[in-house]
Amino acid sequence: MRFEKKDILDIESLEPWEISMILDTAQGMKEISERPVKKVPTLRGKTIVLFFQEPSTRTKLSFDTAAKRLSADTHSISAGTSSIVKGETLIDTAKNLEAMKPDVIVLRHPSSGAPHLIAKRVKASVINAGDGIHAHPSQALLDMMSVREKKGRIAGLKISIIGDISHSRVARSDITGFSKMGAMVSICAPRTMIPKGIEKLGCTVSPNMEACIEGSDVVMMLRIQKERQGSILFPTEREYSTLFGLNRDRLKLAQKDVLVMHPGPMNRGVEISSDVADSDCSIILEQVTNGVALRMALFYLVAGGSRHADSH
Amino acid sequence: MLIRIKGARVLDPPHMDAKKDIIIKDHLIHAIVDPEYVDPEYKDADPDTRIPDTHIIDAAGKILVPGLIDIHVHLREPGQEYKETIETGLAAAARGGFTAVCCMPNTNPVNDNSQVTRFIIQRGREIGLSRVYPVGAITQGLKGETLAEIHDMKQAGIVAVTDDGKPVENSNLMRRALEYCRGLNIPVFVHAEDTSLADGGSMNEGPFSTFWGIKGIPNAAESIMVVRDIALSELTGAPVHFCHISTKESVEAIRQAKKRGVKITCETAPHYFTLIDEDVKEYDTHFKMNPPLRSKEDRQAVIEGLSEGTIDLIASDHAPHSVVEKDVEFDRAAFGIVGLETSLSLALKLVHDGNLTLTELIHKMAKQPANLLGINNDIKEGNRADLTLIDPDHEYVIDPSAFKSKSRNTPFAGMKVKGNAFLTMVNGKVIYQRDGKDLQDTI
Repeated sequence: MRFEKKDILDIESLEPWEISMILDTAQGMKEISERPVKKVPTLRGKTIVLFFQEPSTRTKLSFDTAAKRLSADTHSISAGTSSIVKGETLIDTAKNLEAMKPDVIVLRHPSSGAPHLIAKRVKASVINAGDGIHAHPSQALLDMMSVREKKGRIAGLKISIIGDISHSRVARSDITGFSKMGAMVSICAPRTMIPKGIEKLGCTVSPNMEACIEGSDVVMMLRIQKERQGSILFPTEREYSTLFGLNRDRLKLAQKDVLVMHPGPMNRGVEISSDVADSDCSIILEQVTNGVALRMALFYLVAGGSRHADSH
Repeated sequence: MLIRIKGARVLDPPHMDAKKDIIIKDHLIHAIVDPEYVDPEYKDADPDTRIPDTHIIDAAGKILVPGLIDIHVHLREPGQEYKETIETGLAAAARGGFTAVCCMPNTNPVNDNSQVTRFIIQRGREIGLSRVYPVGAITQGLKGETLAEIHDMKQAGIVAVTDDGKPVENSNLMRRALEYCRGLNIPVFVHAEDTSLADGGSMNEGPFSTFWGIKGIPNAAESIMVVRDIALSELTGAPVHFCHISTKESVEAIRQAKKRGVKITCETAPHYFTLIDEDVKEYDTHFKMNPPLRSKEDRQAVIEGLSEGTIDLIASDHAPHSVVEKDVEFDRAAFGIVGLETSLSLALKLVHDGNLTLTELIHKMAKQPANLLGINNDIKEGNRADLTLIDPDHEYVIDPSAFKSKSRNTPFAGMKVKGNAFLTMVNGKVIYQRDGKDLQDTI
């Protein structure tokens, strides 16, 4: 089968075979980053715009690195430098970008659905690099890649996701993706951070952290945003850590060969203890490495791969 | 010159439901007669010419009802004429079958003083389409801080007050507003929303807001204020009218309060008995309004509330916005949809589906609004001829490009509906006729 999608907007819109194809492609791309000369000419002459309307370090760098390793030209626009600050609408900015003929627009935006809005208006492929609290498909895909790489499969695994589910686009995309690929996803958080009807995305809500972790093959911790401390969602980091922090003792409830994951950036000592973060079961840094390969795969599939084969 | 509306079923609950001809003369309903009736003055004349100077409107198969009144409309003028003007809004009203509308005060400047009130009334008269009844602000600048000069506005012509778009958050101020308005005998329309609970949300809180990653507005954001203002109505003895009721909890609270004899009334809008949150298309801002489209259970409760009478009337909450406000990110888009030109057709679906009788519908779209405003729109000899002729069987597809409104922000584009206004008459003058091309061009 051929990958026909113009855009990568969310996990919901990807079929399981498409997810598998992305992961397979990414696995193949991984080796390029191990070479002494980390560059292939696959996307030479292609233009990729990184349009980041929200602060980002690792995701942006990861997309940028991925594009450059495929020899694409990249251009970066961020919140402070774009005409949005001059009052231009998102659609107008996107149309102006379009007029410069980019092949791919990578968009991060604080509003859920912003990539969907521009995807309908531009010919370029749009890759969602995180929209509001809705979706972060490349993160979920690299998470799935990392799990599959270590475990050889996704189907049948027990995945626990712990943290601020309400405000996490990573959580939504991971829940959707892992359950789509046949895993059993269980989530846990203070009740203030579990949105209504989350089960419909394909997960169960655990009553407490112990029940959530018990027997897990993968424990994924989400960043607890420091700025939410003292808000009405939870009282203190201390209390949060007591109830929902991952430490050695709690981890013993999981499978012996459990994988610990975190999309970063971590708050050591809050949602995850340092010894767990640095332990052998942690694959947090491999997630980052896989992120580059996964994003190379996305670029390849939407801009250089089979989708365009007939038009040349 | 006389006008004779011929062959219609005349339906004016509870006075009349019969085949009658209505003869209109000098802006007034001159006579209500049997279809066979011949004016004695002309009885010997040739059958074709015996009623000279009479314009006949063939209304066979149509239903003639008292002029429909939409008590919840945003006309945007003064201040936001790029969205709607009083003229385009009233043309939309005429096309929708409404002989009168109440316009909300959240214009720029706000209608919180008699000058703005007079301006609106003056423009309405100049335009000469549907009647416009301005609603004034409760508080100065809609800020929820100090009372506006409500008496002065009443002298100028407002028919009610509201801070619509915003709640009056301060309960003590709301109490005093109700007491003050009770003394002035002016109705208070309540926009029931606890904004701290709504917390900047953009759609109904539930599985679909979670799915789309859109911040949700819980049902309680509405019902908590409904319950508060029921309590304040009991405290002050002042009547309260609740705008755009959307949740099952609100319907239940109002049902119980009415049983206790609290003097409250309420309205809902067609979108709340037609659509649900599940219908919100992928980040389509035409489905964004406040209160938001609710769940299936809420829609059912609204329909039941209408059929049992807990919900007194239907108003569109016509809220025109341009693409500038709508063609943007969902959470940044303005709340609201246009409704004047789709309201009657959507409401008629309640009748076609057996949820309301036609009589009940006319009650909710013509009589109850008139009662609330203290207007007499009975079809009676000597009353002014504000009439709507409904074609209940006309099937068509909603086409926003045909709207008279300046704005096109509707979630109903492409929907197949049955029944709409065939003719609208105000003060004895035909201001809209569906198939009257020439006439339409002049509107």
